[in-house]
Amino acid sequence: MTMLSHAAALAAAALTVATACASEPFPSTYEVPAATPTLIQGATILTGTGERLDGADVLIADGRIQAIGNALHVPPEARVIDARGKWVTPGLIDVHSHLGVYASPSVKGLEDGNEATSPVTSNVWAEHSVWPQDPGFQTALEGGVTTLQILPGSANLIGGRSVVLKNVSGATYQAMKFPGAAYGLKMACGENPKRVYGEKHQAPSTRMGNVAGYRQAFADAQDYQQQWDKYQRESAEFNKKKAERTEASLKKSKDKDSTAQKDLTPPSPPKRDLKLETLAQVMKGEIRVHMHCYRSDEMATMLDVAGEFGFKIEAFHHAVEAYKIADRLADKGVCAAMWADWWGFKMEAYDGVQENLALVDFPEHGCAIVHSDSADGIQRLNQEAAKAMAHGQRAGFTVTPERAIRWLTANPAKSLGLDDRIGTLEAGKAADVVIWNRNPFSVYALAEWVFIDGALKFDRAHPAVKPRSDFLLDAHSAEAPL
Amino acid sequence: MKNVYLIAWAAGSVLAAHPTAAQDFLIRGATVHTASIRGTLKNTDVLVRGGIIVAVGSQDGSANATVVEAGGKELTPGLFGGLSGIGLDEITEEPQTLDSGLNFKSPEWNQQWRPELDVVLAYNPRSFVVPITRIEGVTWAVLAPSAADSIIGGQGAAVSLDGRYEALLPGTRSLFVQMGAAGAKSAGGTRAAEYMLLEQAIHEARAAGPAMPGALLHAAGKEAMIHYLSGGRVVFQVDRAADILKVVAFAKRNGMSPVILGGDEAWLVAKQLAKANVAVILNPLNDLPADFDRLGATLENAARLERAGVRIAFSSGDTAQARLVRQLAGNAVAHGLPWESALAAITSTPADIFGLGASHGRIAVGQTADLVLWSADPLEVSTLAEQVWIAGRPVDMRSRQTELRDRYVEKVKAHQAR
Repeated sequence: MTMLSHAAALAAAALTVATACASEPFPSTYEVPAATPTLIQGATILTGTGERLDGADVLIADGRIQAIGNALHVPPEARVIDARGKWVTPGLIDVHSHLGVYASPSVKGLEDGNEATSPVTSNVWAEHSVWPQDPGFQTALEGGVTTLQILPGSANLIGGRSVVLKNVSGATYQAMKFPGAAYGLKMACGENPKRVYGEKHQAPSTRMGNVAGYRQAFADAQDYQQQWDKYQRESAEFNKKKAERTEASLKKSKDKDSTAQKDLTPPSPPKRDLKLETLAQVMKGEIRVHMHCYRSDEMATMLDVAGEFGFKIEAFHHAVEAYKIADRLADKGVCAAMWADWWGFKMEAYDGVQENLALVDFPEHGCAIVHSDSADGIQRLNQEAAKAMAHGQRAGFTVTPERAIRWLTANPAKSLGLDDRIGTLEAGKAADVVIWNRNPFSVYALAEWVFIDGALKFDRAHPAVKPRSDFLLDAHSAEAPL
Repeated sequence: MKNVYLIAWAAGSVLAAHPTAAQDFLIRGATVHTASIRGTLKNTDVLVRGGIIVAVGSQDGSANATVVEAGGKELTPGLFGGLSGIGLDEITEEPQTLDSGLNFKSPEWNQQWRPELDVVLAYNPRSFVVPITRIEGVTWAVLAPSAADSIIGGQGAAVSLDGRYEALLPGTRSLFVQMGAAGAKSAGGTRAAEYMLLEQAIHEARAAGPAMPGALLHAAGKEAMIHYLSGGRVVFQVDRAADILKVVAFAKRNGMSPVILGGDEAWLVAKQLAKANVAVILNPLNDLPADFDRLGATLENAARLERAGVRIAFSSGDTAQARLVRQLAGNAVAHGLPWESALAAITSTPADIFGLGASHGRIAVGQTADLVLWSADPLEVSTLAEQVWIAGRPVDMRSRQTELRDRYVEKVKAHQAR
């Protein structure tokens, strides 16, 4: 390899990294498992598209929804589930989970969710903290959760990359990693960053310090991107000149002038900066921003910051005051991921109302999401939605089950950029399916069967099907002495 | 100390000016969940006079009282909000709004035990948390001291959430002790020292004369301690099965009446708890091995304890979300607890545990008229409280949150119709 071609190869590799990240590091090793085709018969189906079908069937095979309708043909060797009286929904999606990064048991050795050593840590990736043995993955599965976004915590202004996981058990996170899912970037408004760093007597210690921090980080990323753009232009120029000279020298090959190319030096690539690389990708729309933000005024500020730097915020998380600016969020196409009723644990969560979800859902293009941020709450996302439905109805909004199920399925899928693959029950979509023993918007509802990509991952009647963390082996052995 | 007494006295003088009197009224045609041995009574009337339930059954309509038509809707006793800091703590992360925990920051080796502390003195009935909680059907709660710098949190008691300054429900005062891993942190690093320190305090309390230098207890603390060594109710927060058994044995040996709070692994020792007649106040949603004291946590804890004959009550321990106690009960039902037992766990059983059973927790003649009329099944998350009464007074079904709702619902509706 000549010096020249080596430099060109380096440049090409660096460009790839800085622009499209085509050869992704830490690739997913998940594969859709082979599974028996399954026909679910006679169920009440909430498709996630806004429809409700009564007494209908779902056929799943080869990892996908094959058909939905009435009296579907039973394929040979299919498993048939009599689901009369039961309800079927898409697998639930939680866009805000810390499973694996703040695992159970909550011990120092497993506290891996906040790299609280610098307010901007866009260089860290949540997946490198995920402990796949967190027993919380299994309890979430029992609650019907098939896809989760694992986020870094909210100590930092910019906390790092998220990772989207399928809720399948594996010895590595790569075995759970959702193939092809875009990365998210966790950012945080308000009290947490200013408290964490203010207590260390460093910036930010105020909300204005927070905003200065986001803006400087993105300004730095703009500069970084400009360096790469410049390098890219110079490389192109260099390659062009090189080709011209090669051509010219071929023409007059007899007239050998070995010094002709000596003044042609390849441009040097800028040094990769993992923090700025991630932010540059955010500004190109390749990484999706998920932002912890409680107060409506701060959400509005952040929409302006996003406007200044040309990136989109996909969803505000927690968004306890989203109802105050529900129309604006809908107009901007920004989702709000919310709890049903959490409030009061800090000043910025003081104005919580139980109608938040219904109010955010109401305007045209409103995108309301139920999220958990909790290893307990993720087990009962359906109950969170049920509470929010009831309060919405009392406030005069029509919230049907076929509408509300979107808060747990289609809308989170949209915020993750995965709405073409999961979140609804439609032919061709991934067969992430939950069969509930009754209307899921009930405290008594239990997921009986959970399928991920058509494979049965949980069967309440057969505990052998249930995955079990290595950590919990023998933990319930004390059941024996009774 | 002097200041505290002054404040308590000043509060007492305001009490006389209490505003509304209880109404006499008849709730007609309800599905009455009595939380008593009478179970559920269909199409039943409940007559209230002077804040007391005077009849449960069919009334001929000549009662000369305001009639509330229930139309078959479900009526329960007012719910128990669990052990919390309602009216003590406003915003968890704002220390100036917190009054539930005593922390002198004294070094471990020179720790001060203050069992004489009574957190009820800090109760503020005008806290926003009080109406937010009570319009959800929660009419009373136990104010419990939160973690302190020793395993002794101090004393707490039940209060009525009716918004009156004099909220204490008599006879409910209890001592709170933190055991297990959480207690070991302030006991020199081993849970074994929790018993060592308790023994020391008990010796000090029983010894005549003034406290020795370096003692855990002051004079008032000795007095308080003696009360609990003579059958007083002591709530031990403890989760690990092995610890639960030791705590029960220790408490009984020293004349205390123990109650287990937490008890995530209580089901493992359910038979022993039933035999010792020790009640457990638990959160039935706890199913994760949150720490090494709770590896046996399971959603079936409540059902298994009940089947073994252990008295159970529910508490999330949360202040802002004490109102979610119905959701705890509903989930326990989904995981095997009979519905009536789940209702009892948020009404009559906690009342019994805290010595209030004769006046609170049931719909029965002679009981205080703490009542809730529901839109449907009271344990269902989609059900809402339609009207709450506390001691016969109808609760104004408003809170700061409903005011926020009303302000913004109109704004959003006006902006756009879907």
